[in-house]
Amino acid sequence: MGQLRFTKDHEWVLVEGNTATVGITTYAQGQLGDIVFVEVPAAGKDLKAGSEAAVVESVKAASDVYAPITGAVTEGNALLPDAPETVNTDPQGAGWFFKMTIANPAEVEALMDQAAYDKYLAEIG
Amino acid sequence: MADHAGPIKTTPLNDLHISLGGKMVPFAGYSMPVNYELGVLKEHLHTRSAAGLFDVSHMGQAELIGADVDAALETLIPGDIKALQPGRIRYSTLLTPSGGIIDDLMVTRPAEPHMANRLVLVVNAACKDSDLDHIERRLAGRVKVVRQEDRALLALQGPSAAAVLARFVPGCDAMVFMSSKIDQFKLPSGEKVDVRLFRSGYTGEDGYEISIPNSKVVEVAKALLGQSEVKPIGLGARDSLRLEAGLCLYGSDIDTSTTPIEADLSWIISKRRKLEGGFPGDHKIIEQINTGAPKLRVGIKPEGRAPARAHTEVLNESGEPIGEITSGGFGPSVNGPIAMGYVKAGYAAPGTKVQLVVRGQRLPADIVAMPFAPHRYFKSKA
Repeated sequence: MGQLRFTKDHEWVLVEGNTATVGITTYAQGQLGDIVFVEVPAAGKDLKAGSEAAVVESVKAASDVYAPITGAVTEGNALLPDAPETVNTDPQGAGWFFKMTIANPAEVEALMDQAAYDKYLAEIG
Repeated sequence: MADHAGPIKTTPLNDLHISLGGKMVPFAGYSMPVNYELGVLKEHLHTRSAAGLFDVSHMGQAELIGADVDAALETLIPGDIKALQPGRIRYSTLLTPSGGIIDDLMVTRPAEPHMANRLVLVVNAACKDSDLDHIERRLAGRVKVVRQEDRALLALQGPSAAAVLARFVPGCDAMVFMSSKIDQFKLPSGEKVDVRLFRSGYTGEDGYEISIPNSKVVEVAKALLGQSEVKPIGLGARDSLRLEAGLCLYGSDIDTSTTPIEADLSWIISKRRKLEGGFPGDHKIIEQINTGAPKLRVGIKPEGRAPARAHTEVLNESGEPIGEITSGGFGPSVNGPIAMGYVKAGYAAPGTKVQLVVRGQRLPADIVAMPFAPHRYFKSKA
């Protein structure tokens, strides 16, 4: 099991070796509601930390998913375009969005760990 | 539409919404539930399969009173009010002098003899003050406007609505679509509440809108929610239901820059009113009826799964701009993206291929006939 980190935009990042898997948190999917469309980036796409990386749409609205760190996409989750509801049912597992390389490990270190994210969720209440 | 500065208002059902887990958001100056615990998707599907209860108390209710109220109101709207039979409802629009839509509204002629010379109006929440001011000003001396701020409005919609409501208002299941009457709602306590029923709605389903004194609406809502078929439904599903039904949202799909003809609402203008005119913008509207409008409201079906939201640009097959989406999203019953919007004349025929600019990409879409989900209104007793 790798190292799990979180952003203030409610993305999770699972670091295993030199690869990061990115998705949205259980809290985020709950806020969005029923997810009906997901667009994931294609392998090879270069992402900068904070740039738009994927799109997630509920019945209500469209939201951007941001790259939590800088790197290149190695794989988009091919399951999600046909089964977007997976993000609701298993947000921090099968509902992952994309995998990417890690250009700068310090960016990972700057993200919240589980305890810090839980505290952040309690604060935004 | 008015601005909504100042403190946010609540409906008499506010505490009930919160106790039911309603996620409250500001809408048209009111705090309203966008969804409850089921969520938008399941609330939508529940309404189409059983029955949904909506709080629409933020909408404006009023009575117009005057000896020539029919002729007076006809000077502001293109609907045939003189031919409106007692106990029947008509959908119409208030118009600007250039034929733009100030608001859409429901006009009811009461069946009750004691309400002769009266019409009952239901108008949109965001426009209600300006609408009623407009009517009062324009019909001064002919019509008295009585704002019914002491009344709440519930909508009970879906295939089970009639069976459910008939448990409390026996016989209401015999009412036909677009009819209205005053009746009594028998609460579980045995107490009877005077209500006005409208067999109408904003979902494409059979159902009712029920006008109830503010002091009794919580008890009526709780009685209906106590029925196994009924779930509370928020504004999110109200919007996806009406979009699937092809119904206009004021401020998005129609406004003062669109005429009823452009909005594909020419059916609201009767033969007599087309011949006689006598409503604001009549010259322009009659000319559009005869020679065609420059743009038309149409249904738009994206071919893929990506929803195209309001303000998405519409291109023809050569990539030239021809219009804009005014309402768009995901249709839970259609199980795919749906939209409506305006396109230039010549591109409005069902089957026309267009492109939608979504996040910089051009996505293929088709002009389609609406509704997206078939209307299931109650026409007559089987």
